[in-house]
Amino acid sequence: MTALATVLLWATATHPTLVDAGTFSVSAALVIAGAIGVIVARNPVHSALMLIMTLFGVAVLFLLLQDPFLAVVQVIVYAGAIVVMFLFVIMFLGVDREENLGAEKLRGQRPTSVILAAASLAGLLILGFVGHWTLGAPHVAGPDTGAPNVNLLGQSLFTTYLFPFEATAALLIIAVVGAVALARRPGGEQKVVDAAPGPLAPELDPASRFVVTPPAPGGNEDAEPSGPGNQNGGDGS
Amino acid sequence: MTHLAATASTIHLPHVNYVSILPILIMMGGALLLLLLSSLLRRIISTGVCTAITVMTSAAAAVAAIVQWDQVLANGAQTTIAGAVAYDGFSVLIQLLVPLALGLTALVADGYLKREGVVGGEFQVLAMASASGAMVMGAANDLIVVFLGLEILSIALYVLAAFNHRRAESGEAALKYFVLGSVSSAIFLYGIALMYGATGSTNLAKMAEFLARRAVLSNGLLLAAMALLLVGFAFKVSAVPFHMWSPDVYQGSPSPVSGFMASVAKAGAFAALLRVFVSSLATQRLGWQPVIWVLAALSLLVGAIVALNQQDVKRMLAYSSINHAGFILLGVDAADARGISSALYYLVTYTIMVIGTFAVVTVIAGRQDRATGLLEFRGLARRQPVLALALAILLLGQAGAPFTTGFLAKFNVIEAVVLTHGYTLAVIAMVSAAVAAFFYLRVALTMFSPVGEFGDGPDDDVPLDPAALVGAATPGAASGVTTVPPRAWSAAMPGIDELADAPPSEVVEARGKVPVPPATWVVIGFCALFTVVFGIYPAPLVDFAQHATLLFI
Repeated sequence: MTALATVLLWATATHPTLVDAGTFSVSAALVIAGAIGVIVARNPVHSALMLIMTLFGVAVLFLLLQDPFLAVVQVIVYAGAIVVMFLFVIMFLGVDREENLGAEKLRGQRPTSVILAAASLAGLLILGFVGHWTLGAPHVAGPDTGAPNVNLLGQSLFTTYLFPFEATAALLIIAVVGAVALARRPGGEQKVVDAAPGPLAPELDPASRFVVTPPAPGGNEDAEPSGPGNQNGGDGS
Repeated sequence: MTHLAATASTIHLPHVNYVSILPILIMMGGALLLLLLSSLLRRIISTGVCTAITVMTSAAAAVAAIVQWDQVLANGAQTTIAGAVAYDGFSVLIQLLVPLALGLTALVADGYLKREGVVGGEFQVLAMASASGAMVMGAANDLIVVFLGLEILSIALYVLAAFNHRRAESGEAALKYFVLGSVSSAIFLYGIALMYGATGSTNLAKMAEFLARRAVLSNGLLLAAMALLLVGFAFKVSAVPFHMWSPDVYQGSPSPVSGFMASVAKAGAFAALLRVFVSSLATQRLGWQPVIWVLAALSLLVGAIVALNQQDVKRMLAYSSINHAGFILLGVDAADARGISSALYYLVTYTIMVIGTFAVVTVIAGRQDRATGLLEFRGLARRQPVLALALAILLLGQAGAPFTTGFLAKFNVIEAVVLTHGYTLAVIAMVSAAVAAFFYLRVALTMFSPVGEFGDGPDDDVPLDPAALVGAATPGAASGVTTVPPRAWSAAMPGIDELADAPPSEVVEARGKVPVPPATWVVIGFCALFTVVFGIYPAPLVDFAQHATLLFI
C-alpha cells in the first residue's frame, strides 16, 4: 500500500490537473493489480483475464500521453487478439485447472526471479537518474508539428517506411506458408515418429515404436482420436 | 483531443527504382507463383516441376542482377525507395550469389525430396522465400529492412529444417533453431531500438551522418546498441560464443537445407553485418573492432579444434562452417576496402564449396539422412571414384589448399588483417587453418583408405528403420542404413577407439554404390569445377569482388 501511496503522491505532483492525476492513479492501480493477479491467480484462465486488465490500464496510460493510436492498438491487438489466443491455447491444451503454486519445478526459481526483478528495477532507476548517458539526439521522433499521430503514422508508413511496410507483407505470407507446411502431414503413407532411438535406448524393438497410421482418405471420419493426451483433457471445464 | 480530421495533406510517395529490387521481386514472385500453382492444380504438383520453376526463377533473378551490375557500373551507387534500399556493387553481388546458391540447392533438393518421398511445392516455396530474405538483407540500407530480411530468411529456414517429417532429429533441430533464433532476433530488435534512441534514425546513411557530425562524449546507449546488434549477427553467422545451435541444427536438418543454411544464411547475415558496421558505424570502429577481434579469434580456434573430434561428417562441417565464419570475420575486422572485398570473395567461394560438399553428403547419407558417420565414407574412392574425387576437391578447397579457390580466399583475408597490423589475429588464423586442414584431410584419407583395415567382427545392430525394411526405393542406400548404428546425437567425442566398431568389410562392400541423381551430379560437378578453375585462374572473381567493394557506400 505504501508503494501505491508513493505513486499517487508522485502522480499528483507531476500532473498538475486533478483529472490527469485521478486517471493516472486509477489506471496505474489497474495495471499493478492486474500484473499481480497474473502471477497470483491459481487458474490460468483467470491469469489471462488479469492480463487483459493490465493491458487495458496501459491503454488508458497511452491516452493520457495523448497517443490515441497506441491506445487503440493496445486494446485491439493485445487485449483483443493476443490474450484471446492465450485463452484458446489454454482451453485447447486442457490445462484450465488449478496449478499447485507451492511446487517449484525449477530449483531456486523464486529467489532468482526476485533478485532479477530487483536488479532490473535498480537498473531502470539508475538509468533514469544518471541522465546524460545518451548521445543527445534531439527530437528522436522529429519536431512536434501538432498533426494527429495517426496521420503522421500513416504518412511515414507510405513514405519513409514504404519498403519495410511492403516487406512485412512478404514476411506474413511466409509465416503462414511455414505454419501450414509444418502442420501438414502427407497422407497415404505410414509415418514413423521417433524412429531413431537415442543412445540411451538401443534395445528398443522396432515393432514397439510409435507408428502413426493416418486414416484412409475419405474413410472413417467418426473414428475416435486415441492419443494418450486426450483422455483426461476435456473434463476440466 | 486533437483534431483527427484535420490536415488532409497530400502524401508524396517516394520514387521507387524497380530495377534496384528486381531480383528480390522475381524471387518473391517465383515463390508466390509456385504457391498459387500448387494450390490451384487439382493434383499434387510434381517435384520435378517445382524444381524447374525454382531453377528458372533463380536464373531470372541472376540475370536481373547482371543487368543491375551494368547499371551500377554506369551510373554509380545510390539509394532508392526513401533511402531504405542500397543499390551498389555490394548489394548486386549478393543478389547474384544468393540465386546461384538457391539454384544449386534446388537441384540437390530435387533428388533428396524424391528419395524421401516428400511431395508438394512447399519446400521450394520456402527456399525461394528464404533466399529473397537474404537478398533483402544484402540490399538493406535501414536497420528495419535488415531485420525484416533476417526474419524472412530465418522463418522460412526454421520450417525447412523441420521438413523431414519422419525424422525426429529434424524436428528437434528445427525447434532448437527456432527458439534460439527467436531469442537472437529479439536481441537484435532491441539493438535496433537502442540505435534509434542513440542516433535518431534507423537509416544507415542517416546514422552514419549523425555520428560523423557529432563528437560523441558519452556513448553508453550507442555501445549497448552495437553490442546487441553484434549478438544478433553473431548468432546468424554462428560465430563462437553464439554458435551452440549450429552443430545440432546442421546435423538434424535435411542435408540440402544444411548446405543452404551454411551458404545463404551466412551470406545474408555477413552482407548486413558488413554494411551496418563497416560502412555505417565506421566512425565508432574503436567501439566494435575489439569485439569482432574476439569473435573472430574464438570462432577460428573453437571451430577448428572441436571439429577434430567429430565422427559425424555433418557435425564436422558445422564446426568447419564456424571456422569459416571466423575467417570471414577477419575481413570485417580489417574494416577497409581490402577487408570487405576479401570477405566477399571468401563468401562467394565458400558458398559454392559448401553447397557442393553438402550435395555429396546428401547422396552418401542415404534415406533419412542416416549414414553421415565418417566411416560411411570409407572406401568411397573405390566404389565411386568420381564422387570421391569431387568431394576431395571440395574439402581441399575448404582447407585452403593451393590451386583451389579456398587458398586465395584465406590468403586474402589474412593479408587484409596483416595490412591493418592485426598480426596476432593473422597468426591465430594461420594456426587454425593448419589445424582445420587436418580434419578435412582425414575425411579425404578415409575415402581413399582401403576397406577392411579395422573392425573385429560383425556388428549386431538391429535394423533401425522400419520404413527402409518395408521396402526402400533404393536398395543400396537401404542396406547401408541397416548396417550402421546412427551416431546421431552421440557424436560427443568418441575417440580413436570409435574405429573399433567399424562395420566389417564385407558389409561395407555390400553397401555398393550410392545412387546419384543427374541433377545432383550437375551440382557436384559445377561446384568442384568452380573451385578448381577459379582456383587456378582467380582474376575474374577477385576483380568482381573488388568492384563490388568500390561502389560500396
